[in-house]
Amino acid sequence: MFDLDKWQEIMSTLRKNKLRTFLTGFSVAWGIMMLIILLAAGQGLRNGISSQFLNGATNSFSIRSGNTSLPYKGLNSNRQIRLMNSDYDYFSRNLKDIESIAGRFNIWSSTMEFRGEQANYRVRAVHPHHAGITLTQISSGRFINESDIVQKRKVVCLGKTIIDELYKGQDPIGTFISIQGISFLVVGTYFDESNQQEERYGYVPINVGQQVFGRGFERISQLLVAYDQDFSDEQVSNLEHEIRTHLAETKIYDINDSRAMFVRNIREDMQRVLSVIDGVEAFIWLIGIFTIIAGIVGVANIMMVVVKERTQEIGVRKALGATPNSIIGLVLQESITITLLAGYIGLLLGVGIVELAGSNINSDFFRQPEVDFQIALITLLVLVVAGALAGFFPARKAAKIKPIEALRDE
Amino acid sequence: MIELQGIEKSYKTSNNSLKVLKGIDLHIKDGEFVSIMGSSGSGKSTLLNILGMLDDYDTGSYELANTLIKDLSEKKAAQYRNKFLGFVFQSFNLISFKTAQENVALPLYYQGVNRAKRNKMALDYLEKVGLKEWAHHLPSELSGGQKQRVAIARALISQPKVLLADEPTGALDTKTSYEVMDLFKSINKEQKLTIIIVTHEKDIADMTDRTIHIKDGLIDSN
Repeated sequence: MFDLDKWQEIMSTLRKNKLRTFLTGFSVAWGIMMLIILLAAGQGLRNGISSQFLNGATNSFSIRSGNTSLPYKGLNSNRQIRLMNSDYDYFSRNLKDIESIAGRFNIWSSTMEFRGEQANYRVRAVHPHHAGITLTQISSGRFINESDIVQKRKVVCLGKTIIDELYKGQDPIGTFISIQGISFLVVGTYFDESNQQEERYGYVPINVGQQVFGRGFERISQLLVAYDQDFSDEQVSNLEHEIRTHLAETKIYDINDSRAMFVRNIREDMQRVLSVIDGVEAFIWLIGIFTIIAGIVGVANIMMVVVKERTQEIGVRKALGATPNSIIGLVLQESITITLLAGYIGLLLGVGIVELAGSNINSDFFRQPEVDFQIALITLLVLVVAGALAGFFPARKAAKIKPIEALRDE
Repeated sequence: MIELQGIEKSYKTSNNSLKVLKGIDLHIKDGEFVSIMGSSGSGKSTLLNILGMLDDYDTGSYELANTLIKDLSEKKAAQYRNKFLGFVFQSFNLISFKTAQENVALPLYYQGVNRAKRNKMALDYLEKVGLKEWAHHLPSELSGGQKQRVAIARALISQPKVLLADEPTGALDTKTSYEVMDLFKSINKEQKLTIIIVTHEKDIADMTDRTIHIKDGLIDSN
């Protein structure tokens, strides 16, 4: 039951010992503030790293070719393996369970020029589904589509950085931009919230890119395959096996050759990264808890001194009819009140610092540090437990004080 | 009111025990004003502590208002102290960060009396000891005599059966001592309250109705 009298007792005690209350609370406030900042930093790390690794949908494979490292069927090792348009055609016809597939041909460093402004960017020649698999977000116009490919149109979809740097506020849609001296019609623009590096690309139809920049070879740098979000891990590994088997058979290399073909399961990668972050977060909790323990020891220490200091007062209270339980209650409640109050201030400070600093720090691996409600709730719980722990031993000591000893005149 | 029979008490040190009370028989009637005298080491403080349920005894029996006081749990002892006894100490023992009024009201807090009522009662009792105007002062702003009168008001507010005073004038000058004794006397007369004072000053003891002398753990003369 809420006991107003007890609160008035405690508040008047606290008010009359302001400095002591402040010093006691400080260590706890500090501990909580550190915990909040650390946890927010952990969250920032999680956000940053996830967005770094999240350049594509998590339900997808990324396939790149390499060089063989094992001899196979009389063929040498160190042969270059290449993905071709035929692989794209085969997979899009024969992989039954996939959602979408896209090929990409990379063109490194291309000079783009618009009305006298020019700079170097990169070009990716892609299939239409590329936008969906890599989560590219269209801000105006459209992405490359099927008829662009059929009609081999020289069209391009430009990233935000290019627009910002070359167009200076003009509407790019419908204009012609020169890429390596060849004129392309701008049909759309896109942005990528999670990674600014991704905004430095121009997307063109894959066959146009291969013809104009790849000397007509039907080479593909990378194949992206997306499957149903609800696929079980087993279905995913079956799909991976099907892809690997086909590639090994048609390109003639040992299926166990880890350097001939790189098939990355983004979902698996993501899980691995998240488990590392989980570890980092557990470590942060550990540090935070130990910081708070230091605070608790501080409070317990000071409460011990308080009990010693107030021996006479406690003796008087007992002589006047205070039961041991009411003395324990008094010390315990005082300790919990101090920790809660101080902890709350620490929490506010921590959140304030996170809010202030968070908006200024945004590197690639660290973004949007935040404190969620659940964490605040957990720390509040930690505080109550901490206060009770800190008060327990001093309270027991206080309850054992004998009035005669306390009241003995020295 | 108080019946002591064959009370013995010894304190154990590391290798021997020291017998402080060697069989005290004492009867104090309702409404008596009694002083206990004795030199230091005679056992008078131990006797007062036993009377005040602040200490327990080894053998014998102690009845207070027809209730046997023996082997009480700490909680029970606290409740009995609150219900039966009022304490006045040599060094006043007021709580330094509470005003006179709050100090006087404290025993009622432990009885569970609500705040408004106990503050009003505290003011009434401060008026009885002539300190109504000082209700909102801290102990440090009061003189020794005033502090002791606050302590007496605090002892009276729970309407105890017995008032126990341990050297109540020990820290006061002669004039103030007499004033305090006059206050005890008038309380004894008007409220018929049993009062027991421990002192080593003869003139103080002479102001009570009966003096009990204690020597070497035994009652010397009544």
